[in-house]
Amino acid sequence: MAETKEKSLSDEKPKPRVRPIVRLGIFLISHSFLVSIVCCTAGVLALFLLPVLAKNTYISENALMPGSASPMLSNQHVSDGNRLVKDLTNPNSKSSETGIESHKIIAQYMLDLGAEVSFHKFHPQMNQFHPLHFFSSPVSGKIQENYSCSSYGINTVGIIRAPRGDGKEAIVLVTPYNALKSGFGEALSLGIAYSVFSLLTQVTWLAKDIIWLVADSQYGEYAAVAAWLREYQTPKFSSLSTPNAEMCPDVNNLFELKGHSISGSKFSNSFRRAGTMAAALVLKVRDQNEQFEDTISIYAEASNGQMPNLDLINVVNYLAVHRQGLRVNVEKLWPLLNSSWLKSLGEIFESLAKVAKSLYPKWKFGIPATEYVEGTATLASSLYYQALGVPTGPHGAFRDYQVDAITLEISPKFSLDKVWRNDILLRGGRLIEGVIRSVNNLLEKFHQSFFLYLLTSPSKFVSVGVYMIAFALLIAPLPMVAASLYVDANSSSNCSKGDSSTPSAITDTDEHGIAIRSWSPTTSFMIWVLLSILSLLTLNSVLASPLACAKATQEKEWALVKSVTISSVFIGLGLMSVINFATAEIGALLMVPMCLLARPLKLDVRAGTLRSFCRLICNLVLGHIAFPPAAFFLLKGMLDGFGNANVGDFWMWVESLWAWNSATYLFIGMVQLPCWVLCVSILFHTC
Amino acid sequence: MVLLQRPHILLLLIGTHQFLQCWIAFGSVNEEGQKQEEFSEELLLKPLPDHKLLAHFHFQSSGPPSTSNGCHHHLFPKAISQLVQKFRIKEMELSFTKGRWNYESWGGFDPLSSSNAKPPGVELWAVFDVPQHHIDASWKNLTHTLSGLFCASINFLESTATYSTPEWSFPPASGNVRYGTLPCEAVCTENLTPWLKLLPCRDKAGIALLLDRPSLYRGFYHSQQLHLTSTGSSSEGIDSGIILEQTLTVVLQPNSEMAIEVHASEKHIQPSWSLSSIFGKQVSGRCVLAKPSSVYLLLDRGLSAANGLTSENFWSNPSFELSANPDRIFLEESSSHSKSLSILYMFQVEKYCESEPFDIGLMWKVPVAWLCQQTPLHASRFLMGSGNERAAIAISLKSTQFTEGFMSANSKDGSCELRVDVFQVVPWYVKVYFHSLRVFVDQQPRAVSDIIEKIHVSPSKDKMSPGVMEVVLKLPCRVNTAALTIEFDKGFLRIDEYLPDANQGFDIPSAIISFPNFHASMVFLEDDSLNKSPLLSKFQEKCPVMSYTEVLLVPLTTPDFSMPYNVITITCTVFALYFGSLLNVLQRRVAEEERFLKAKAAKKTGRLPLLLSKLSAKLRGRRLEPLHSPPSSSSFINSKLVLKVILVAGLAVGWQYFFS
Repeated sequence: MAETKEKSLSDEKPKPRVRPIVRLGIFLISHSFLVSIVCCTAGVLALFLLPVLAKNTYISENALMPGSASPMLSNQHVSDGNRLVKDLTNPNSKSSETGIESHKIIAQYMLDLGAEVSFHKFHPQMNQFHPLHFFSSPVSGKIQENYSCSSYGINTVGIIRAPRGDGKEAIVLVTPYNALKSGFGEALSLGIAYSVFSLLTQVTWLAKDIIWLVADSQYGEYAAVAAWLREYQTPKFSSLSTPNAEMCPDVNNLFELKGHSISGSKFSNSFRRAGTMAAALVLKVRDQNEQFEDTISIYAEASNGQMPNLDLINVVNYLAVHRQGLRVNVEKLWPLLNSSWLKSLGEIFESLAKVAKSLYPKWKFGIPATEYVEGTATLASSLYYQALGVPTGPHGAFRDYQVDAITLEISPKFSLDKVWRNDILLRGGRLIEGVIRSVNNLLEKFHQSFFLYLLTSPSKFVSVGVYMIAFALLIAPLPMVAASLYVDANSSSNCSKGDSSTPSAITDTDEHGIAIRSWSPTTSFMIWVLLSILSLLTLNSVLASPLACAKATQEKEWALVKSVTISSVFIGLGLMSVINFATAEIGALLMVPMCLLARPLKLDVRAGTLRSFCRLICNLVLGHIAFPPAAFFLLKGMLDGFGNANVGDFWMWVESLWAWNSATYLFIGMVQLPCWVLCVSILFHTC
Repeated sequence: MVLLQRPHILLLLIGTHQFLQCWIAFGSVNEEGQKQEEFSEELLLKPLPDHKLLAHFHFQSSGPPSTSNGCHHHLFPKAISQLVQKFRIKEMELSFTKGRWNYESWGGFDPLSSSNAKPPGVELWAVFDVPQHHIDASWKNLTHTLSGLFCASINFLESTATYSTPEWSFPPASGNVRYGTLPCEAVCTENLTPWLKLLPCRDKAGIALLLDRPSLYRGFYHSQQLHLTSTGSSSEGIDSGIILEQTLTVVLQPNSEMAIEVHASEKHIQPSWSLSSIFGKQVSGRCVLAKPSSVYLLLDRGLSAANGLTSENFWSNPSFELSANPDRIFLEESSSHSKSLSILYMFQVEKYCESEPFDIGLMWKVPVAWLCQQTPLHASRFLMGSGNERAAIAISLKSTQFTEGFMSANSKDGSCELRVDVFQVVPWYVKVYFHSLRVFVDQQPRAVSDIIEKIHVSPSKDKMSPGVMEVVLKLPCRVNTAALTIEFDKGFLRIDEYLPDANQGFDIPSAIISFPNFHASMVFLEDDSLNKSPLLSKFQEKCPVMSYTEVLLVPLTTPDFSMPYNVITITCTVFALYFGSLLNVLQRRVAEEERFLKAKAAKKTGRLPLLLSKLSAKLRGRRLEPLHSPPSSSSFINSKLVLKVILVAGLAVGWQYFFS
């Protein structure tokens, strides 16, 4: 494309007609410097404007009708829940070493309500990296070979069949519970779930089955939920691969005792199912809390930045705020709240909005500075957790099977008071009841509202149409700059060989590091860096001999390398924005300025003007920032203070990305790191 | 008696016309002798293990061959007889069901459950007595007729993509069967009212008086059926008699509000109930047209065993108390495979009248727990996999261990086999790969040819016919679990083929799992008196044990339904661009224009026109010859212009800001 444009431009005698679109392209390419400055500034500015542009959330699906029915959860159910909490926190129940006693208690309570109960045994699974399974369900992973009887978890599952429903759909309620060392909060979350469950066995409006999963969290909350989901969605019928947990005496014991129950017909040791899952709620209660009021935190990010339908969050937010009087918050980057520059930026926006409003009273886009700061902090954490690609809770397991799920964490204000406990049971229970009732009303699955959005507060969001603008502005100058560089380099000489081997040589550097797993993070990280540099230098000396062309072409070689770098960055970012937008956005923020500014340091030193000096400084700073470990340390230092930043942290961080199958890992390894190396090679180009 | 009545009627001819007609009708029924039209009403009550009560209403009307009395009927509904005559129906069954039959706690082995447990929604099958090539046309007309008759959307079964032709696995095995289901059909009182209209007394008298809509639809399971059999074959010119069975099976929770209050210790006591407490009504006498009109109370085998009831002591049982004395008590004929026997208490409604209405109640004294007899294997079906591309259907069969003794009794030697028939219909957009059928027995993968004795597959045709799979499995008797999986692709639909609530997903109708080796029948002693009761004689028939699996919901990819709008917009834009540029090319004369421009440039004009021409030349993409440094100068002029505009705008803004 650029070539044709260039040809048309370089032709000596002007053709009678050039098409307007081509001339527009030529114009942009020839003014690429200006365009790139304008676009980049606009992109960054648009990103900071997002909290201002956020819209209020609204319930898009009419069928949800949250809060239209008065809650039916009464004190009777609350006292039922309290009974369970007491029984679970009773020291007698904890006497058993494996915590089977408390599972029995829960199962007995479920049975008394007339629910179908079953136990699900699972073995914690090893994580495996599947490079291209971003959104599909994970392949049932390998089970540890040397499992033993002590290393299994037991999920207790209770199912209420909707009395008049057809059983095609189900709603899942999950409460993580560690029988071995359960805090009071976990018992309380079970109490809330039980009081809702006991209500739901009596109601007549149920259209979908209710599954209550008490996930055994001794191997992690996510692992238990994921194991249950795997068995639910992709069961194995052959016993060859699954270990036989029946061999273990404890498990047998569990089932034997259950057999004595009089309503034993409702209990089975086989896996029980209900229909297609419509939605899932994970309920947790935090043990201690420093807040001054009852708050409820919503966690929604699943793997690779997938979000549940916005309507689910809307319903929870609406019911919590307008019906139960709970404060709702979503995750924030707390250090940002106190930053003064953000505050002043917010004030600038506020005053601008004031001016605009005085000019034309219908322009009302301003928000108060404090709200702006909070919105930015929430937006930043929303971006970060989406970019990370690691689920923020057990709800992430559901998203892998296209089930909308969120985690609700209730943090009550003060603790261990009887009245207070009843109050939190009542309010939490009514909230869950309301959400379940809303989802129960749904005829279709969640589809009305957004799936691609960023939250700036629990009741405000930025939809994909808005936040794409910032990203598009950031990456828009890349192809133009690449084209203009290529044109410049080509016009001076026709030799444009070489150097394409460099990126390919670098892309696989990180693989050396992966093989090393037994050392401490710091040493592994160091070894990885050394190995990478070594292999890079070797490959560079072997493959990319810089003297392939004549001396004259050498001068422009860096421009060609830069052009290649910029185009590969553009392609990488464009691809990544489809897979995980947030990663692409953050990557673009780091890499676009560096790529655009990159210029051999020698040239700048030789020039010796103020402008080149500034560019030199910028290049050096950006070259450091865009190096992924450096960027990580910088961010971590800014947020937590530089004192406790450790070299090994980055290694751990990357390892967690690997373990959670995150696309960000691939992005760092295949786009960011190679492009950074290319940029550095431009900076140190000998010309 | 009849002859004596004759002159009496003749005398009354002078009387009112209405009265006369009525009497003639009544008289002629009596004249028919053994070929009478008969009507019977019966109600069977059965306590269920999970504190619920099953009520099974059974109304049977039989019409004699119509040649004997033309097209006129006295009791038999005319609409049905016309339907049978028109479409030459041999046998037909239509069921409207809401809720699920709980096979685990309500049983699946007795005749009551194997013939009355139906899949949710509407199920219709019919056997026609017409030539093969007329069957489809008859079926289409039949669906439309029934649709009008029962206020339901049965007419959706008209299209060939919704109904299927079972070859041999479907119980009334015959090539002329058509079978169709509508799993998502909502069933409510508008379907019940036309059904009741077929009864001679409607719901104004007799047992049907109990059909109080609110209490019926509050139940956990509700299945309303219509079964037609026309005896004899009409193709040979002999018109047949028709038997119409109308049954309504409901599972109700007796005094549910009481059950909440009771404490955990008392929860095991079965709730006491009476007819008036569950239906809110009492029976004030029989429907005068009904010949047998009786109410039965059935205690099934498990319950009578739990009570310690045997053939000796069933009169003086300590565990419960009946509020009315039964007229008769029947004991089940003892069979080889079970020690305990079902007990049937019969109450005749005829004895009761308006002043002394019939109301039976049952009071439990001690807690009883029992299990209903279950099907040999409990079948459940579920979807596997996720995503919008592929998935799999799995049918899992689990031994209930209830009939273990029965099976071991059946086996002569070690090679005992359990035959299981599976009949599965899948809609065409669920593209099943039949080669991917896999069988697992006791968690071991087995070769398909080892387990499957017989298989019949008719692959689906897109938008034409559904896929049908009929399989006969031969499982070893001691099988614990067995599973059948089959993979499928999710198809794409055209936008007009999506159902109204497309985002809900699409239903895969229930599979039918039947056990031809086992027959559910209940034979009661004292056969001579039983012949009169159609309900009990139906119990004695040997019907194969059958169970339906759950309906599955497959989420398919749904388009954004505003898509047609977008497509129209884009197409229009493309067309506009194409025609615009085409016209432009056709209408432009390039050489002429160039000459004109040159002439213009040659003329020395004023500054402003020069600027304008420069600008226009710039915009058109041609450089003016006298221009030497085009980009800089033109951009300079442009920026000057822009500067001016900005200045004016700024002035305006400032003005607005300071003076408002």
